[in-house]
Amino acid sequence: MKRRDTLKALGFSGITFGLAVGPAEAGVPLPPDKKVPLKVPGGRQPFEAERDVKLHADKFFTPQELKTVTLLSDIIIPADSKSGSATQAGVPAFIEFMMKDVPANQTPMRGGLAWLDNTCRKLYGKPFADCTRAQQINMVDQIAYPQKAKKDMSQGVAFFNMMRNFVVCGFYTSKIGIEDLGYKGNTPNQWEGVPEPVLKKFGLSYT
Amino acid sequence: MNPFQIKEAPVVYDVAIVGSGAGGGMAAYMLAKAGAKVVLLEAGGYFDPADPKYITQLKWPYESPRRGANTTRPFGDFDAAWGGWQIDGEPYSAKTGTEFHWFRSRMLGGRTNHWGRISLRFGPDDFRRGSLTGVGDDWPITYEDVAPYYDRVDKLVGVFGSKEGIRNEPDGHFLPPPKPRLHELMIQKAAKGIGIPVIPSRLAILTKAINNERGQCFYCNQCGRGCQAYADFSASSVLCIPAIKTGNVTLINGAMCREVTTDPKTGLATGVSFVHTGTMQEHTVRAKTVMLGASACESARILLNSKSALHPNGLANSSGVVGKYLNDSTGASRGAFVPALMDRDRYNEDGVGGMHVFTPWWLDNKKLDFPRGYHIEYGGGMGMPGFGFGFGTENMNGKYPTANGTMKPAGGYGSGLKEDVRRFYGAYVHMAGRGEPVPLESNYCEIDPDKVDKYGIPTLRFNYKWSDYEVKQAKHMQDTFEEIFHAMGAIPMGNKPGPETNHGYGLEAPGKIIHEVGTVRMGKDPNKSALNAYQQAHDCKNLFVVDAAPFVSQGDKNVTLTILANSMRTSEFVIDQVKKKNI
Ligand SMILES: Cc1cc2nc3c(=O)[nH]c(=O)nc-3n(C[C@H](O)[C@H](O)[C@H](O)COP(=O)(O)OP(=O)(O)OC[C@H]3O[C@@H](n4cnc5c(N)ncnc54)[C@H](O)[C@@H]3O)c2cc1C
Repeated sequence: MKRRDTLKALGFSGITFGLAVGPAEAGVPLPPDKKVPLKVPGGRQPFEAERDVKLHADKFFTPQELKTVTLLSDIIIPADSKSGSATQAGVPAFIEFMMKDVPANQTPMRGGLAWLDNTCRKLYGKPFADCTRAQQINMVDQIAYPQKAKKDMSQGVAFFNMMRNFVVCGFYTSKIGIEDLGYKGNTPNQWEGVPEPVLKKFGLSYT
Repeated sequence: MNPFQIKEAPVVYDVAIVGSGAGGGMAAYMLAKAGAKVVLLEAGGYFDPADPKYITQLKWPYESPRRGANTTRPFGDFDAAWGGWQIDGEPYSAKTGTEFHWFRSRMLGGRTNHWGRISLRFGPDDFRRGSLTGVGDDWPITYEDVAPYYDRVDKLVGVFGSKEGIRNEPDGHFLPPPKPRLHELMIQKAAKGIGIPVIPSRLAILTKAINNERGQCFYCNQCGRGCQAYADFSASSVLCIPAIKTGNVTLINGAMCREVTTDPKTGLATGVSFVHTGTMQEHTVRAKTVMLGASACESARILLNSKSALHPNGLANSSGVVGKYLNDSTGASRGAFVPALMDRDRYNEDGVGGMHVFTPWWLDNKKLDFPRGYHIEYGGGMGMPGFGFGFGTENMNGKYPTANGTMKPAGGYGSGLKEDVRRFYGAYVHMAGRGEPVPLESNYCEIDPDKVDKYGIPTLRFNYKWSDYEVKQAKHMQDTFEEIFHAMGAIPMGNKPGPETNHGYGLEAPGKIIHEVGTVRMGKDPNKSALNAYQQAHDCKNLFVVDAAPFVSQGDKNVTLTILANSMRTSEFVIDQVKKKNI
């Protein structure tokens, strides 16, 4: 149906609404964009895309720090019979990014790594990354259990908690981590309710 | 060309609509379908949930370098909102000792692109709390006035739910509700046992296709990202884009409305002036009727900034009421751990983008020490991991035995830690109360005498404090959450929020629930209200407000469905008044 006819059918015509203007007349053109256009990935706003490019270009960890972060990552999430390790899942790069994305992370992370190296020097005469595997595990054991740790290790405990958080999160939001976890969604489907065997197990039903 | 020259389009539109969210989008849809020539002014950019340029739906956490963290978007990288609690160059303030948080989205469709889709009708009592309780005010309209529009909105946008026959929770035209998830069945059974109803939720999501333009829900749980199948209600996909397709709508994106212009002799609205956010140039558009749908606080701001000799207090404000009676839902919440859900069988339980069941208000306030009710929203399940997943594992894994009964020290590392993460996955539930506040004249927004935004437009200053009513209601919520948790064998997390927690018993700060309403209230008395029962300004007959600003109160029902119904009603009134040559 033509628009005019539609209007008639609806009982409207020029008598009711004055047809004053066509839709394109008042459009306001945007100014020409002189910047080199950045490729904005789908779902991002231009300012976000710009920011991400900049953050990726910056570096936070020194090579020595990154070595320690990598070692700790695989101590926290090693490969096991079910899935790969934190480094296989790209966790150190995720942690590097989060330091730049949320700068409030930087001091506790950098300071924590320095605390760790310093403590290792006192205990074993070497920074963490240069210690033997046994020494590294011995160090980690002193800071990995908040309720059992000695009082003078409290800063180390706080640092290790932060590290554990980032590593677990980085791993379980990666492709191999999601598979490990067994998350089955994020795909078109038809929800039919809780599977029957599960309902039985819990003594529940839909009726 | 002189850049300071004010650009005036030479044409006169039938209607100028400010804002393209629930209220503005509905007005644009109704008016355009009726053949009016509409100019739709939207401060934000163009958005279409089906355009790959904008799609975040079905992305994985690792497609975001921050795994979906909320660094640049308050609800995370994948959320559809462009904007948030703070927008660069668009500040607002609060009077000392008070607080208000203002969430704004700058995009076609406004905040409806990522809202929770909870769509509850206000009940008959919700329109007359004043006369029922002696606290607060009645609306100038009743449930019966709005009911036909609720019916039509249900059919237009698509809402699922179940017929329950609860008097103050009116049933609608519902699509079939999705079956409850496992934790929801557990909640339902436990709550029922202690006399608390848990019924299918009511969300604007298409569990069945309703036409050829929009698809059916495919259960990805991601309505907050916007739906590329248009299977949920967003004003962008369901109202604005179809309105534009009529050929009757001129959409101007980047149009930041400064004020409504008026005729110095008649005082009637003549159009809208705006700053273009891309060019920073001033423009005016002329229109025979102006409808504001910029969201409750923003519409008040525009009116207060529209001062003239005939309207010295701002437009539609001879009563001085504009900005006053600002009110947001109350909110308090608590999480719990469900030991029975450890080591769960894995299956896809994404479901729709929100809860499948909820608790409507079930008590009688006459028997309680606070005058208004609340509903409870439920969360939990085996969701997609995102930023923050696994944080704080050390607070849990030392407390509960493993599958074979052994206890472990809290914290740790290695493959044992991986096992812990797997066994705790999906074993949490969450409850959030959303309650009705009592609107107070002393809670308001006003023009900040000292500040302007980057467009030179004077900004808002808020003054908002919860009263004892809301604090007592939050206390009741916390008690209820614990009762249900205990009844289902769940262990509440952290300490129970007490009088000192947040604004009292975990009560969220004003604004945080994002149901702000009331700033341009309607009423019968022009000395006490800005708008009449059709959301038409008492002082200016060709000016209407179609967002939540006209609300006299808000029930404990999330407000958007009512914005849609009221905007539809007002739009038909406008059409009728034009026909009768009254405006
Ligand atoms: C995370 C979240 C969850 C929510 N969940 C629910 C829910 O489950 N149920 C529910 O009922 N409600 C919910 N809401 C609230 C709901 O989004 C709002 O009630 C609704 O969007 C309000 O509609 P509106 O038209 O008044 O304003 P908005 O949707 O905010 O639209 C206003 C539009 O006006 C534009 N605008 C503003 N100022 C100007 C100006 N000066 N000039 C030109 N344009 C301007 C804005 O850019 C915006 O596009 C939720 C909100 C959020 C953020």
